[in-house]
Amino acid sequence: MDGSQAGIEFRDVSYSLSNGRTVLHNLNLDVRGGEILVLLGRSGSGKTTALKLVNRLLEASAGEILIEGRPARDWDVIRLRRHIGYAIQEIGLFPHLTIGRNIGVVPSIENWPQERIQARVVELLNLVGLPDDIVSRYPHQLSGGQRQRVGVARALGADPPILLMDEPFGALDPLTRSDLQREFLSLQQKLRKTVVFVTHDLHEAMLLGTRIALLEEGRLVAINTPDEFLKSPEPLIAKYVQAFGSFESVRGAR
Amino acid sequence: MNFWNFVTQNRTEIAELTLEHLWIVGISTLLAIAIGIPLGILITRKPALQKPVIATANIIQTIPSLALFGFLLPAPWIGERAGRLAILALTLYALLPLIRNTYAGIKGVDTAVTEAARGMGLTDWQLLFQVELPLAASIILAGVRVSMVMSIGLATIAAAIGAGGLGELIFRGLAMVNNAVILAGAVPAALMALAADTILGWLEKRLSPQRAG
Repeated sequence: MDGSQAGIEFRDVSYSLSNGRTVLHNLNLDVRGGEILVLLGRSGSGKTTALKLVNRLLEASAGEILIEGRPARDWDVIRLRRHIGYAIQEIGLFPHLTIGRNIGVVPSIENWPQERIQARVVELLNLVGLPDDIVSRYPHQLSGGQRQRVGVARALGADPPILLMDEPFGALDPLTRSDLQREFLSLQQKLRKTVVFVTHDLHEAMLLGTRIALLEEGRLVAINTPDEFLKSPEPLIAKYVQAFGSFESVRGAR
Repeated sequence: MNFWNFVTQNRTEIAELTLEHLWIVGISTLLAIAIGIPLGILITRKPALQKPVIATANIIQTIPSLALFGFLLPAPWIGERAGRLAILALTLYALLPLIRNTYAGIKGVDTAVTEAARGMGLTDWQLLFQVELPLAASIILAGVRVSMVMSIGLATIAAAIGAGGLGELIFRGLAMVNNAVILAGAVPAALMALAADTILGWLEKRLSPQRAG
């Protein structure tokens, strides 16, 4: 599955809280199959909300989200979620299950045969650079970086064409974060998933993004490739670029 | 008559009353589990029900046990047999710790864990049975333990309405002003409570999700 068809489209999507506050205003956004679209923005800009609308952890108040050309609300919500990998900063590994069973959760609820799940778990462990013998350990016995690798492996469990990642590397120390970012890039070169990646870190956005969508107060400010982003005349973008300094080194590393 | 003499002479009766006691406590605890855990789960799903359910269980628990036995006496079918009445009363008392601990246990599950689970496409039932209940198990079991130890003590009072159990010896001893007879009821009841506490405490530790290895 190369995921090239697995696009996501936001059409005039708004989301309001029950207290009437609007978190997202008429968002129009196109995520192309096989790209990493970074949603960049500060806290409260609506980026996490936009992400959760895709796997329907939240339901849009207005507008429509198309997943592989089909409105999200027409999908069976469980089918939809199993079709989309989900990795979050807090990881949320199941503390009572071994690493093997954590990674195999979706294959197992999808009733894959046991041998196939085991083979898949080993394959995923190798993919994210973890040793095989970790399968029988528990999450609390792992380091933060190992846990997040497991989180990514779990999101890839049943080989979903789409991946949603909400600041997955945000809680890691800078060195581990940098390792995981690079590993993720090379992983993506192999897997070609359609990825929506939320971050507030411009460095991360520049490094990982095929395109960067900047959100501010629930509105899309601009959507650019990283190179365009640096040259953009948009005042808010200029502010970001200023705040983060030079990017030559980051771009060079890709 | 000293305690040991009384116990050795009446060991068959004491054994029978102990079994009767265990039966009343066991059945009422099972009933309370069957009612209390689902209720505790229900109020995590329907927040509007949380306050009334907990409040009701709280109120039941504040009713003095003798009064509760008295209240239930006129109830049809239940009131006909003292054993049934005792089981119902003990079930009602045991509800609060079970409801409260089930609720607290499920609510205490890390939201990152439940959100990841939902995001991955677990159904509500899978979330409950594969994630929430296993993670809440030790806290729920702590509720069972509190209920059971409490019921063992309370069940002695059920003898006042003729439900049998070890309370029978205690009340008889009180009437005879004979400490040996009182102790012949009280000591086995206390040992039973200790045993229940130890066994369930051990299980609770085993079920704790943070166990090493």
